[in-house]
Amino acid sequence: MTDHDAALERPQRVTAVPTTLTLEELASERPESPWRLTWRRFVRHRLAVASAVFLLALFVVALLAPWIAPYDPNAIDLQLAQFGRPAAPSLAHPMGSDQVGRDLLSRVIHGSRVSLAVGFLATGFAIVVGTVLGAVAGYLGRWVDMLIMRVADMMLAFPPLLFLMAVLVGVRPTALTISIAIGVINWMYVARLVRGEFLTLRTREYAEAARAIGVPAWAIIFRELLPNAMGPIIVSATLSIPAAILTESTLSFLGFGIQPPTASWGNMLQNAFTYLRDYRAWWMGFYPGLMIALTVLAFNFVGDGLRDALDPRSRID
Amino acid sequence: MDATPPRRDQPPTPSTPGELLRVEDLRTYFFHRGITVRAVDGISYQLDRGEVLGVVGESGSGKSVSGLSLLRLIDSPPGRIVSGRIWFDGQDLLRLSEAEMREIRGNEIAMIFQEPLTSLNPVFTIGDQIVEALVLHRGMTKAQAREEAITLLARVGIPNPAERFKAYPHQLSGGMRQRAMIAMALSCRPKLLIADEPTTALDVSIQAQILELMKELQRDFQMAMIFITHDLGVISEVCDKVNVMYAGRIVEQGTTPQLFTRPRHPYTWGLLDCLPKIDEPRRQRLTPIVGQPPNLARLPSGCTFHPRCPYAWDQCRAAEPPLFQLPEGQTVRCWLYEPSRAEAPVRLVTREELQLQRTVERRPLLEVDGLVKHFPITRGILQRKVADVVAVDGIDFTVNRGETLGLVGESGCGKTTTGRLVLRLLEPTAGSIRFDGVELRTLRGDQLRSFRRRMQIVFQDPFSSLNPRRTVGSIIAQPIEVHRLAQGREVEERVRHILERVGLNPAYANRYPHEFSGGQRQRIGIARAIAANPDFIVLDEPVSALDVSIQAQIINLLQDLQHDLGLSYIFIAHDLSVVRAVSDRVAVMYLGKIVELADNVEFYSNPLHPYTKALLSAVPRIDPTRRGARQRIILQGDVPSPINPPSGCRFHTRCPYRFTPCDKVEPRLRDIGSRHFVACHLYDPEFAKQAGLAGKAIPATEAVVGSPGRG
Repeated sequence: MTDHDAALERPQRVTAVPTTLTLEELASERPESPWRLTWRRFVRHRLAVASAVFLLALFVVALLAPWIAPYDPNAIDLQLAQFGRPAAPSLAHPMGSDQVGRDLLSRVIHGSRVSLAVGFLATGFAIVVGTVLGAVAGYLGRWVDMLIMRVADMMLAFPPLLFLMAVLVGVRPTALTISIAIGVINWMYVARLVRGEFLTLRTREYAEAARAIGVPAWAIIFRELLPNAMGPIIVSATLSIPAAILTESTLSFLGFGIQPPTASWGNMLQNAFTYLRDYRAWWMGFYPGLMIALTVLAFNFVGDGLRDALDPRSRID
Repeated sequence: MDATPPRRDQPPTPSTPGELLRVEDLRTYFFHRGITVRAVDGISYQLDRGEVLGVVGESGSGKSVSGLSLLRLIDSPPGRIVSGRIWFDGQDLLRLSEAEMREIRGNEIAMIFQEPLTSLNPVFTIGDQIVEALVLHRGMTKAQAREEAITLLARVGIPNPAERFKAYPHQLSGGMRQRAMIAMALSCRPKLLIADEPTTALDVSIQAQILELMKELQRDFQMAMIFITHDLGVISEVCDKVNVMYAGRIVEQGTTPQLFTRPRHPYTWGLLDCLPKIDEPRRQRLTPIVGQPPNLARLPSGCTFHPRCPYAWDQCRAAEPPLFQLPEGQTVRCWLYEPSRAEAPVRLVTREELQLQRTVERRPLLEVDGLVKHFPITRGILQRKVADVVAVDGIDFTVNRGETLGLVGESGCGKTTTGRLVLRLLEPTAGSIRFDGVELRTLRGDQLRSFRRRMQIVFQDPFSSLNPRRTVGSIIAQPIEVHRLAQGREVEERVRHILERVGLNPAYANRYPHEFSGGQRQRIGIARAIAANPDFIVLDEPVSALDVSIQAQIINLLQDLQHDLGLSYIFIAHDLSVVRAVSDRVAVMYLGKIVELADNVEFYSNPLHPYTKALLSAVPRIDPTRRGARQRIILQGDVPSPINPPSGCRFHTRCPYRFTPCDKVEPRLRDIGSRHFVACHLYDPEFAKQAGLAGKAIPATEAVVGSPGRG
C-alpha cells in the first residue's frame, strides 16, 4: 500500500495569503460588520471625538436658536448702544452688542444656523452631483468619462470667488441660492475623487460577478460599488463643509452673501471691521471669528479622524 | 545571596560540530486589546552548516513568523518575541543590540520573500539594490560593487546581466525578479538563507528553474537554508530535514526521507493524503482534512489539532502532548506516541473508493469556434492603436453536457481571458460561441440576461470576489432576485437551502464576508454561482488561493454539485494534479493557442506536445529517494510576450525538439486519433516525413505517470 509518495504542486500566481485574519478580527469576540469596526477605530481619536461632541452641541444650538438666544437678534436697542457706540461685554450681554444695540450673543447663535445650513446644503449639493457624475464617469469610461471630465475641467477654470460674486449679483442671495452656487463650484473635486475610486472598484471581482449575474450597470454602480466608495466620500464631505462655511463667510464679508440685517458670521465680521478701528470694539469681530475658527477646526479634526478610521490599509477589500 | 552580577549566558555545547543555528523554545506573541495571539509557541530545532531545513504548514501555522523572528523583523508594537534563545554561530541573536543585529541581517543571514514585486524597492534599479548591500556589508567601493553585482546577476541566470543591472523591478518578469532577489540575498555570502515561499507566486516551469538554481547555489556556497513553504513536493525536492508546524508549534520533525516514508503525526498524514498526486492512480474523490486551520486567538484546549483529527480521544482534548522522541531522531507531538501506550499507532488508510459514476453523454453544450481576443495598446493623446496584445488567437473547443473541461497553462496563456470570453464578460474580437445551439455574440439586453442565468463563474480570489459591504445572504440572493426566480420569504428559504448545500451554517446568512475563512468564502462564491440554477459554470482557479487541506474539501464539493445538479464545468487551473482529479477532458494553452486537447486518461498517460511534457515534468514529486534520478525537462527562458508572439509555432523558442518547419509554419490542432488533438509538427506526417522522423516516437525523458492500466 503506497502511503508515501505523492506529487504536490501548487505554484500560485495570486499571492493572496489564505485566511489570515487581521489582528482586530482575531481579537473581537463576536465578529462585526464593517461599519462597527470603523466606529470602533474612530472613537480611539480623542481629538476627533471631542470635536464631534462640539459640533453636535453647535448643531443643537443652531436648531434651538429661537429658544436659546436671550434676545431677538434683530432687536435694536439704542439705549444700550449710545450714539452708535457698541456696548462692551457685560453680564446682560456676554458678547456685547453691535453699533445699534443688537445683542451679539443672540446674533452669533442665529448666525450659526446660517453657517451650518449653508455648509451642509452646499456640501450636500456638491456631493450628490459630484458622486453621481464621478461614479458614472469612472465606471463607464471612454466617451462618457471624457465628456464629464471636460465639463469638470471647464468649471475648474473659473476663479471660484469671482464666479460666485458674478452669480450672486444676478440672483438674490439667500441661504439656498448661496448654497447651490457654492455647490456648483465644488462638485468637481468630489467628482474627481469618486471617479478615481470607481476606476479601481470596477476592476474588483465582485463587480464582475454582478455583471455575470446580469445586474444592469446602474445597479452595479449605485448598489454594489457605491457603498464601497463611501469612505473617501465621507471624508471629503466632512472636509468640504468647513470650506463652504469659509466661502460663505468670505462672500458675506465682501457683501455678496447673506445681507444684513440677517445675522451671519461673515457679515458680522464685515460690520465689525469699521468699529474695530474706530471704537476698539474688539468683541464685535472676535466672537464671530472665533466661532468660524472653532467650527472649521472641529470639522477638520473629525475629518482626519474619519480618514484614519476608514484607512484603506485596514479596509476589508 | 550571591552579589556578583549574572554572567552573560554561555552558548550551549553544540550537538554536532557543524552546528550553525540552534533555536530553543522560541515564542513570538502578538498582543491586541487584551487578546494574545500565540503565533509561534515554543519551537526548538537545530541546523548544521550547509543543511537545508524545510518548514511546512498552512495559514496560522506560524511558519512565516518563525522565519521573521530569527531576524527579529517582527513589528514591535503588536508583536514581541517573549522568550527563547536563538543561538547563531555562538551568539544569542535575541540578546544583541539593534546595531549588532543590523550587521547580521543581509550579511550573515539573508532572507527572500514570496512576492518579489513588493520586496524590491520599485524606485531603484535592481543593480543599485544589490550594490547597496555590497557597499554596506562588504565595504566595497561603488565600482567594485558594480562588478560584483553583475557577476552575481549572471550567476543567478539572468541573461544580459550588464543590461539588466539598469532595469527596474517592474521591467522584469516574475522569475527574473526572484532571481534578482536571490542575487541580492547572496551578495554577502550569508551563512544562512531564509526563503519564505519563494516560488509560490511563480509559474510551474519557472518554479522548476528557480528551485534548480537554489539547489545549485546552496551547494556551491555551502549555505544553510530554511525553506518555508506549504508545498510538500518542494520540500521533497530541496530539503534535508523537515519541521511540520501547526498552530504555532512543531508537530513533527525528521529527515525528509523519514517524513515521507514514515510520517508520524495525523496532520502530516492528512497533508499527504488530501491532494491528488500526479504519479499515482487517478482518484476523483479526495480525502480532505475536516474543519479549518485554527484561529490563533482562540485555540482549542489540549492538542491544538484534535478538532480535526480522526484519531482524537479524551486525552487529546484534555492535555497538550509534549514532543516525543522517536528512534533515529524523529520527534512527534502526539499522544499516539506516548511510550506507555501498548499498541503502536495504526494509520487508517481511508480512501473513499466511491467513484462517481457519471456517464458523460457526448451532447455539446458549449461550442467555441475560432475565438479571438485582442487588446489594443494605444499611445498618444489621440489614443492611436500601436499594437495588440494577442490574448487569445483562434481557439476551438467543445464542452459536453455534464462534462468538465480542464484548461491549463501558465500566466499569459489566455486561459483566464477565455473563461471571461465564454461568458461575454469580455467582448470577443472574432469567433463564435454557441451555447445550447444559440450564438451568444448576437444576443442583447434581456435575451442576454436570461442566458447569463444559465452560465456562471466562480473566481479565484475568495477575498475580492465577494462584496465586503453585503451580507452573505444578500450576495447569494442577488442572482435569485435579478432573475426573479422567487419573491419575499421564498428567497430567504432558497438562500438557506443553498448555504446548507455548500456546507455552511444557514444561520450565518446575515454575516459579512470578512467573518469567514478563505475556504468558507469560496463556498459562498460557489453558492452564488449555483443560486440561479445554471447549466454551466466557469471555475477560474477556484482552489489556487486556498490552504492545501481546504482545497480537497472544495474539490469534493464541486464534484458533488456537478453530480447532483448536472452541471458542466470549465476548470481553469495551472495545477496539473488538481486538474487531473476533476476533468474529463484537458486542454493546454500557450500564448493564446490550444496546443493539446485530449481525454483525461489519454492526456496523462500519453502526453504528446513538448510543452505538455515539460509542464508535467516540472511538477515536484514527493519521493525523496529518487531525487537525483528523475530527469526533468527544464524549459529555458521566460514565456514570450503576447504582444509579439514568435513566428510559426509559438513554442519554438523554448522547444527542445524544434526542427526546420517550426519557426516558419504554424501547426494546426490536428486529430491524431482517440479524440486526442495536438498542434505540433512532430505529429504531422508531412513534416515528420521530411525530417526523417516518420514512424518514430519522440524520445521520452521519463514516464511521467503510472501505466494507463491503473488509471
